[in-house]
Amino acid sequence: MTTDTASSHVKTHGRYIGAGLPRPDAWRLLHGRGRYTDDIKLARTAHVVFVRSPYAHAGISAINVTKAASSAGVIRVVTGKEVAALCQPWVGVLTHLKGLKSAAQYPLAMERARWQGEPVVAVAAESRAQAEDAAQLIDIDWEPLTAVTSPDTALDSRSPVIHPDLGDNLAYQREVDTGGVDEVFAGAHKVVEATFRTSRHTPVTLEPRSILADYNPAERQLTVYQSTQVPYMMQWILAKHFGLKEINVRVIAPDVGGGFGTKIHIYGDEMTAVALSMMLGRPVKFVSDRLESFVTDFHARGHLVKARMAVSVTGDIVGIEMDDLYGIGPYSGYPRGSANEAKQVLNLVGGPYKNRVYRGRTRVVFENKNMYGQYRAVGHPVACAVTEGLVDLAASAIGMDPAEFRYRNYINAEAYPYTLVTGPVFEKLSQHQAHEKLLDLMNYSALRLEQEELRRQGIYRGIGLAAFVEMSNPSSATYGQGGASIASQDGCTMKLTATGGITCAVSINEIGQGATAVVLQIAASAVGVSTENIKIVIGDTDVTPYGGGNWGSRGTGIGGEAVLQAGKALRQNILTFVALLTETEASVLSIRDNSVIETLTGKELMTLEEVARTAYFRSDKVPRDFSPELVVTRHFAQKTYDGICTNGIQGCYLEVDIETGFVRLLKHWVIDDCGTIINPLLVDEQIRGGVVQGIGGALFEECIYSSEGQLMNGSLIDYLVPMACEMPDIEVGHVSTPTATSELGAKGAGEAGTAGAPAAVMNAINDALKPFGVCVTEQPFTPERILRALGKV
Amino acid sequence: MNNASEVFDIRLTVNNIEVVQRVLARMHLADFLREELGLMGTHLGCEHGVCGACTVRVNGEIVRGCLMLAIQADGAIVETIEGISENGEISALQKEFHQRNALQCGFCTPGMLLAAADLIARNPGANREEIREYMSGNFCRCTGYQSIIDAVEVVCRGKAGVQQGGI
Amino acid sequence: MPFGGVVKASAFSYAKPSSLSELFDLMEMYGDRAKLLAGGQSLIAALNMRLASPTVLLDINGITELSGIEVKGDVVRIGALTRHRSLEQSAEIKKHLPLVHKAMPFVAHAAIRTRGTFGGSVAFADAAAELPACCVVLDANIELASRKGRRIVSARNFFKGLYETDLQPDEVLISAEFPKLRVGYRSAFLELARRHGDYAVVGVAVHGKFQDDMFSDISMVFFGVADRPVHAVNAGRALESARLSPSTINTLRSAVSLDLETYGDIYHTAETKLHLAKVLAGRAVSIMALGRET
Repeated sequence: MTTDTASSHVKTHGRYIGAGLPRPDAWRLLHGRGRYTDDIKLARTAHVVFVRSPYAHAGISAINVTKAASSAGVIRVVTGKEVAALCQPWVGVLTHLKGLKSAAQYPLAMERARWQGEPVVAVAAESRAQAEDAAQLIDIDWEPLTAVTSPDTALDSRSPVIHPDLGDNLAYQREVDTGGVDEVFAGAHKVVEATFRTSRHTPVTLEPRSILADYNPAERQLTVYQSTQVPYMMQWILAKHFGLKEINVRVIAPDVGGGFGTKIHIYGDEMTAVALSMMLGRPVKFVSDRLESFVTDFHARGHLVKARMAVSVTGDIVGIEMDDLYGIGPYSGYPRGSANEAKQVLNLVGGPYKNRVYRGRTRVVFENKNMYGQYRAVGHPVACAVTEGLVDLAASAIGMDPAEFRYRNYINAEAYPYTLVTGPVFEKLSQHQAHEKLLDLMNYSALRLEQEELRRQGIYRGIGLAAFVEMSNPSSATYGQGGASIASQDGCTMKLTATGGITCAVSINEIGQGATAVVLQIAASAVGVSTENIKIVIGDTDVTPYGGGNWGSRGTGIGGEAVLQAGKALRQNILTFVALLTETEASVLSIRDNSVIETLTGKELMTLEEVARTAYFRSDKVPRDFSPELVVTRHFAQKTYDGICTNGIQGCYLEVDIETGFVRLLKHWVIDDCGTIINPLLVDEQIRGGVVQGIGGALFEECIYSSEGQLMNGSLIDYLVPMACEMPDIEVGHVSTPTATSELGAKGAGEAGTAGAPAAVMNAINDALKPFGVCVTEQPFTPERILRALGKV
Repeated sequence: MNNASEVFDIRLTVNNIEVVQRVLARMHLADFLREELGLMGTHLGCEHGVCGACTVRVNGEIVRGCLMLAIQADGAIVETIEGISENGEISALQKEFHQRNALQCGFCTPGMLLAAADLIARNPGANREEIREYMSGNFCRCTGYQSIIDAVEVVCRGKAGVQQGGI
Repeated sequence: MPFGGVVKASAFSYAKPSSLSELFDLMEMYGDRAKLLAGGQSLIAALNMRLASPTVLLDINGITELSGIEVKGDVVRIGALTRHRSLEQSAEIKKHLPLVHKAMPFVAHAAIRTRGTFGGSVAFADAAAELPACCVVLDANIELASRKGRRIVSARNFFKGLYETDLQPDEVLISAEFPKLRVGYRSAFLELARRHGDYAVVGVAVHGKFQDDMFSDISMVFFGVADRPVHAVNAGRALESARLSPSTINTLRSAVSLDLETYGDIYHTAETKLHLAKVLAGRAVSIMALGRET
């Protein structure tokens, strides 16, 4: 654990920044004292259950709810039309993703259902079990239609068009071409190529999506408790689509049991729960069950990428070409669109390498499968697998060690800020440093010797490397400029309380990543108080400043900076006030350990409690023309770049049983550069968790659809998530290159692990298989796929 | 109970408190704890017995709360995360989890702690591989599992050394 | 049945008889509207997902005569209600049925093993489960009872297909009797699962004699490969009087191909399963011969 280059920042900002402190708020979670949405009980709550389309594509000719409506405990049964009367439909397009198209989507399917799992009828009852009983009694006459279930054929003229009004099934397409591609490939020393497949994944937050909507008709006030990453986005959406005044919509995010992007989208079932609360004038709760989570929580990452790389005789990458295709759901997601993966894959193929000759195309097609959109590390794992897979193939083709090949191809350290051929700018990466550090940490050369020795004994181990980049701290270029009311800035309001405590309300959200602890540490450092004296308020649109919430690894970098600035401003206001009271200059004062002191002598002038008491209760001691402002608010937006790029590299060591195709992970290493580290304990486990999610994709996870569009493994029994037994120990180290776009210097760390792990695992497997001259590029790398590559089946 | 019925009165001890309650036969134990007793620390992550978030202890053995009917707990001693937190039984585990940030969102945590406590009580000499194996019945999507394994390992080592005391 | 939110069981009645005769009364009364509840680790999941909606659940956990492990003479009797955890921890099982002992860690996870029962697993007859395979390879006798009386079925005739057994609607699984380990006999149990505790992709249980470096009287059973545990008769024959050698393994692999008509699953083709079964067969007999496990 090192934070060498960040040390100057750490000194500036006091003792809590950089400290690996346990999260105070984790303590109650460890005692079963969390409060998740389903734990909240309101009087007269109705529980809603949905009847969903069993077909991927089917017309709805009749719905009979008579029996269900009279079933025990049933309060109301509604279909698409009734909900549509209250809730405006939505269209998941963004103006700056030119050409992205989609159709109007309603909370419940209207005349036609377009994926297996689309909600069709909602039943509200006194209990969940009674709602389920009634749902069993609903008859729907279906007219099954041919489903579009393969991106490969979605654009064929023989495929049905999912939305005839849109003309075809192409949702989005983008191409870039720097020119010179054909020439470099024609003249290259070696050209390597491969087809990479990644599977559709589902995020599997352990707490399912949950919402408790409480509409009070007497004041037209809607209060929503929701397991969400984005309270303000939800507030805006709910107000807009239900025609409510924004100020009469309050969204509260209690404890959130995992997000990973699942909980930043609009879901028809959740909107229906809100509609039902408005219809019934009583609280309505919807908690997705695990089986419906599999067919409704947004999927991601089902890409097919054909790619090739040209290399020179000296081992320089001289050209890359790639063609990406993936299928989303039958609609582009709302309000973020489903084309961001396309953008990211197109931008990030090429990774931290200095190649400037590039041609890329990405196409996004509609399918009759579950909705699809942003999930942790949007597009990164795909781009990284393509790039790093090609890098290993290229190194092998010219007989160079893959580590050496990478090192010589990284963007030169003096080239930053570096503009990518696709447009985005990397502010500053530390790839050479990270690389050197990784090889040290994993003892790369010794590992190579061990591998060699074991190979002679018929034991096939592989070493895989994957350099990665991660986009974090997004500017308004991601959504706001495209017309979505999703804030790119965040705010913090800090208040000195009457007994000298501090409350700190922030617009970022806690979803388990440790936002509360990070905010606490920054606030304590900025003001000069101990963490015990600060209370963090989070996740409530009625009380926190306006902001974007949690997505895109933005909480610490953007929200954290707002906290820092608010804390500094509050500190300044306190010092100014005390200077006035003590007839001195604010510039000679400091706050340390909850007291205002003379900086030079360390002499305590007033405790913060005395400051507060004077300000709030003893106005008589305050000069007539002065008003102490002991509440301050500051906001921050990152405006310099589209996003702040972080970087790093991962190493994977594993063993392939060449007779069974089973892979055993032995060890994993990560060097990450997320700029200033606020709390290494949080960053390290964040990265490990990301790595394990990436390993899930590489070895286990895959939403398998039948050709009719039925999800074949939609339960936790059949969809394989990584469990403790198969996971390796993961060693994490750091390089720290603070961003210059903020005083705090923090960048994101949420995507790094997931971005690089699949590529590292893939390269390690292929390294193990090298003696057999075969390689695998289709994730997940199941025993069967490995056996097939080996020609054993 | 040899006459079939849909409703029963059950009597059991939950976290050291005797409870008498009327339950529907179809209600599983985790729902009973949450909905009837308000013990929200027992979480429901899948309700088909895979994720482990609903792990509770019945007569000293860990079980999936979603795979046992409330009525089957008639006469039983049931302990939940709330109970074993309040009686201090797992204070060392909680401390190690906290120190290592062996949780993020916390949804799996009660189940993890119940499983870990069971392992430590039965096999304090467990090595790292055995700990990973034992803990593999509980799904965590946030951590990389490593800090959880580390925390359990540390408590195991302490327990194996001193024989006595809380876990 | 409509597709959608299903996570709470539909309504059912419940009864908990305290003797077999009470149970038989209830079974007569409800017929096929009743389901027996033993450990419930598969059944309650199915109820929650409404894959099963019985009118009444007959909880057999109060029938004490169904519980327990008993060693008598040359046999070990395992009562239907014996929990997996009891099997796992039983010194008697470890001593007399080491194969069963070795199989137990592969059965799901601790919090499942505390409730799950031997009889439940055998009667449920999941083709990828460990205990049915143990019964077949060790040639256990399964005791069934109904109001009409008791009968014994060889485990080798008990499993009839996917979740199908010889158990009749009016019958209850009482116990299984296993022959105790005899001198000179060894066993091996291997399983491939994508994740620890999952149902097997392919598993193999082998039991037989290995004396003077020679195999004899070998029984080999595969699970996770077809609709039930498969007793690989040709494999046993191929090993008769054979010594451990590459050619023996080759012969064995060919025999396994004759024995198995594998089924694929969502992640593995039938061909992959056969390949894996052959690999495991070779490994299992090597382990037996090398005495790494007894």
